[in-house]
Amino acid sequence: MIKVFSRPKSLKDMPFHYCPGCTHGITHRLVTEVIDELGIQDTVIGVGSVGCSVFTMDYFDIDMFQASHGRAPAVATGIKRVLPGRVVFTYQGDGDLAAIGTGEFVHTAARGEKVTVIYINNAVYGMTGGQMAPTTLLGQKTKTTPYGRDETINGLPLRVCEMLTSLEGTAYAARVAVHNPKSILKAKKTIKKAFEIQIKGLGFSLVEVLSTCPTNWGLSPVEAVQWLEEKMIPYYPLGEYKSPAGVV
Amino acid sequence: MKGNEAIGEGAVRAGCRYFFGYPITPQSELTHYLAKRLPEVGGLYLQAESEVASINMVYGAAGVGARVMTSSSGPGISLMQEGLSYLAGAELPSVIVNMMRGGPGLGNIAPSQSDYFQATKGGGHGDYRLIALAPNSVQELFNMMKKAFELADKYRNPVILLTDGIMGQMMEPVDLEEEFEVEIPQKPWAASGKIDHEGKNVINSCFVIPEEMEKVNIRLQKKYFEIEQNEPVYEGYSLEGAELILVAFGTASRICRAVVEKARAQGIPAGLIRPVTLWPFPSGGFEKAAVQAKCFLTVEMNAGQMVEDVRLAVNGKAPVHHYGRLGGMVPAAGDVLEEVKRLYYGGAVR
Repeated sequence: MIKVFSRPKSLKDMPFHYCPGCTHGITHRLVTEVIDELGIQDTVIGVGSVGCSVFTMDYFDIDMFQASHGRAPAVATGIKRVLPGRVVFTYQGDGDLAAIGTGEFVHTAARGEKVTVIYINNAVYGMTGGQMAPTTLLGQKTKTTPYGRDETINGLPLRVCEMLTSLEGTAYAARVAVHNPKSILKAKKTIKKAFEIQIKGLGFSLVEVLSTCPTNWGLSPVEAVQWLEEKMIPYYPLGEYKSPAGVV
Repeated sequence: MKGNEAIGEGAVRAGCRYFFGYPITPQSELTHYLAKRLPEVGGLYLQAESEVASINMVYGAAGVGARVMTSSSGPGISLMQEGLSYLAGAELPSVIVNMMRGGPGLGNIAPSQSDYFQATKGGGHGDYRLIALAPNSVQELFNMMKKAFELADKYRNPVILLTDGIMGQMMEPVDLEEEFEVEIPQKPWAASGKIDHEGKNVINSCFVIPEEMEKVNIRLQKKYFEIEQNEPVYEGYSLEGAELILVAFGTASRICRAVVEKARAQGIPAGLIRPVTLWPFPSGGFEKAAVQAKCFLTVEMNAGQMVEDVRLAVNGKAPVHHYGRLGGMVPAAGDVLEEVKRLYYGGAVR
């Protein structure tokens, strides 16, 4: 019998701590499948962040750094500048990247740093218990926006891919989702492309992954998938926002 | 050679090839020197978007095994405190230069020693220690960079060099000792890609299980104890028969040397202890000196920070006084001498 589906070599055989219905697990799998397919398990270095994804250092069977909150792109810069031949990526959530880490990811992109950022956007702070994120949608209720996010108080949610398109150093910026099989397949291709762009030395690449957080959204896993489709995608349209000419 | 250049050249000759930093006065000449010098030796000078980013770039570079440094001054060093705590927690060898300036707040750019507490007591969160060095000549700035990188690698710990704008701007002859021998140890713990080692390496300071975090802390404390046993350094000057002992580091120690000479010339048996390592604090030097000394006087360019460590070291055997100038003011030798006379003739010594 031919084995057609198994755990990626670069993903450790251990239970995830993620909540039921959380899509971190899917994205972990996609990233490690890509690492396996590119044959870079021994030469890739990952940088984890602070938030629910803090344990990526345990799950990925590759050399890893645990960075302080928001600073993963700076850590990745330090690594890449010493070892330009290695493939370096960060895995960050929306609080980590789009709030406290805005300075770091913007300037890492502006320098055209040859690193890849996997950016998880689930519109909420997960680890700390469901507070408003920079990506929380208008009207969305969180622990710190109990009456719903109000534009007059909190402003509008941040669109990272759109921001990055204005920077010359950005080689690739794309937004994907992992809420259904079709999107997941597309997400994997996109993540692979981002890594390939780094390997080709074309510049900074970022993949924003629209993700679910049923626990902090107060929804069932099935409802969460619907919420992502109906609420998040209209504000955060999927697609490639910037891509180098000639790279498919 | 200027002090700033001596630090830069000392770093390059110590095998440092990476500098990540952000502009701030009064350490600018150091960055100018390295921006020019590092590319000549195949190294990299990278200007970051902030001190927060700089120290985290240091974290990345140190974690893959490079000899790496940054430099800044008061406000910038404050921004690096989180990063320093992470470097200490993840045990990454790295060197940080603090050209101390007057504070608090934005303060000014004049020379100061008011970051002693921050450097020696852990300005960031958690139970950690930085090795803190305090040179007092341009030659020592040069030599101490090698020492700093060696200590950093030996103990897998960040090392901070405390100095100020006077030292940075001062010009003195420096013996460059030709090419001094540099041996960079193997770093099997570096997370430089699995291809370099067995299994996987992780650079980390996060241990969610308290029992595990305690074990890590106990290991760190053992290391700090070892450093306290092995690495304290001080310089004694004119301690023979000294009844009044001045204590000062860096710029203040140069002034105090002159004060000791003047006091001796006037018949006052004065001496000087200059801590070269601020942490580990050279308490041993005081135990010996306190047997004969009747009085200690710390002279600092702050409101009295090192004096606390001197009091602990002297342990009640003699009174410990403090003389300080604040906010970027430098003590004048004449004023310190007056204080010495006041103590000596005023009965503090007899």
